[in-house]
Amino acid sequence: MTRRKFLLRRLVMLVCSLIVASFVIFASMYLAPGSALSALAGGRALPASSVATLDKQYHLNQPFFAQYWYWVTNALHGNLGTSIEWRENVSTLMGGLVWTTAGLVLYASLIICVLGIGLGILAGLRPGLLDTSTLVATAITAALPSFVAAMVLITVFAVQLNWFPALGNGAGFADDVRHLTLPAIALALSSLAIVARITRAAVRDETGREHVQTAISRGIPYRLIVRRHILRNAAIPITTITGITIASLIAVDAVVETAFSINGLGAFLVKAAQDKDLAVVQGISLVLVTAFVVVNLIVDLLYAALDPRVSLGTAAT
Amino acid sequence: MTAIAVEAPARRLGQLKQTGAAGILSAAVVAVATVAAVVGPLIAPYNTTVPDTTLAFVGPTGGHLLGFDFEGRDVLSRLLAGAQSSMVGPLAVVAISLAIGIALAVTSAWRRGATDAAVSAALDIMFAFPGILLAVLATTVFGPGLVAASVALGIAYVPYVARVLRGAALKERSQPYVAALEVQGLSGPAICLRHIVPNMRSLIVAQATIMFGWAMVDLAAISFLGLGVQAPAPNWGVMISENAVGVMQGYPLPTLAAGACVVIVVIAFNVLGERLLERAALA
Repeated sequence: MTRRKFLLRRLVMLVCSLIVASFVIFASMYLAPGSALSALAGGRALPASSVATLDKQYHLNQPFFAQYWYWVTNALHGNLGTSIEWRENVSTLMGGLVWTTAGLVLYASLIICVLGIGLGILAGLRPGLLDTSTLVATAITAALPSFVAAMVLITVFAVQLNWFPALGNGAGFADDVRHLTLPAIALALSSLAIVARITRAAVRDETGREHVQTAISRGIPYRLIVRRHILRNAAIPITTITGITIASLIAVDAVVETAFSINGLGAFLVKAAQDKDLAVVQGISLVLVTAFVVVNLIVDLLYAALDPRVSLGTAAT
Repeated sequence: MTAIAVEAPARRLGQLKQTGAAGILSAAVVAVATVAAVVGPLIAPYNTTVPDTTLAFVGPTGGHLLGFDFEGRDVLSRLLAGAQSSMVGPLAVVAISLAIGIALAVTSAWRRGATDAAVSAALDIMFAFPGILLAVLATTVFGPGLVAASVALGIAYVPYVARVLRGAALKERSQPYVAALEVQGLSGPAICLRHIVPNMRSLIVAQATIMFGWAMVDLAAISFLGLGVQAPAPNWGVMISENAVGVMQGYPLPTLAAGACVVIVVIAFNVLGERLLERAALA
């Protein structure tokens, strides 16, 4: 498989994933007990004028697939329907929240990349106390669910030490960063541990390779060996696991935002689910799934760029 | 092949040693959690749902080892009773994803060719839907509760199970005994059900154990979000969120006790699953 073919295949997969995911999200309103209209209303009694509006907006009198078509084309134009709870366009409601969530996920990703990979490389290169303590610490944190991590972090750093605010959003950039620090750590913690462990193992593997040992015995500067031979080869598994864990943050984000009462997309999604506000849940799900799929695509492309074997097809199965 | 054959006895020895403390401890934790899930509601020493606000957030005293929660109920009793809903949910998730995953894996390994390619592509596409998101969507449509959340997660886990098992099923499919059974005139479904699936059992059990841990975290998260088990029913995820107000007030014991239950049981399932996976790989 040539590189171009690989790219094409991945793009087709991306489009298929998005079509299927959007179809599932749309069709969910027909899976509900009762009519699609009652699913959209979430059990609320609606006045006739609202029913007429919903009828018109979702083209409920038309065939199922035509309705899906209208819904998807509207979504592509940024129109995700109307919230039954807030009587407001879903896209408008989501507008300001996207940046909080993007900021939180980026912050957590940064922590994972810097601390996770950094710790993994250090532990991999220097067997001993640091290595052992990293192994033990990551074994525990890898199994720590985000909501438990959130509660522990609030207890220690917000309530006991009073270093960070426990809840809510900040005002202004610096305050935002302060408010998002504990949530970002809670979000990053288990992924960080997994990334550190895989990085450590990859670095250790490469260090033991014959060509690296030969390079060491030939007296090539250690720095150069680490950069050119160890890290370059270890980069393949590291990139893969980092990408996968960062993509998974998008799903866990809702839990962390709720735990810290952050006004973001994830917390809004949960609130909407509790209120049975289907249009909002559909809209946010669509945005989050799209982000998830796109991040996964980027990871695959990076992986192909780092490892020429992928595009040659030997590692494709 | 020879390298593996030489290596195996040494690795087996090392593995036996490793199984030692961590493996036995994990098995013990899983056993205790299972017993609690079965009889927990019966042996809980105090009432688990009737509030007594005069005792809200009172610390541990004699007879109440973990103190009282935000509504003055005995925390230990609620943890014991909550084990049931905290363990049954993951069990359902694992059962659903295994049933669909095994069927897909064995079918695509048996048919190979176009069927296999189609199933693999479908699984790749299913990866696009994170489990928690699917569960949130399902609970919006069907109403909050363990059933909708478990079914949604069970479906979301299918690609993970099916991918691993498909590889194993393909390997099994190319074994000489399968060809021999085919020559004897045994039908495809019969060979799959009576021979291929039973031969994959150690891998299936290992995979199920690991998935149980994931499912427990995800379902506890769903209940934490208020979309799973509904308060006042006892559940570990529910207990973490309903007592969160205590965390803010500087009394985190009920929340952290419930969190510890989730973490300890999940670690135990992970360790046990890893050990079983190693054993399955050696067999």
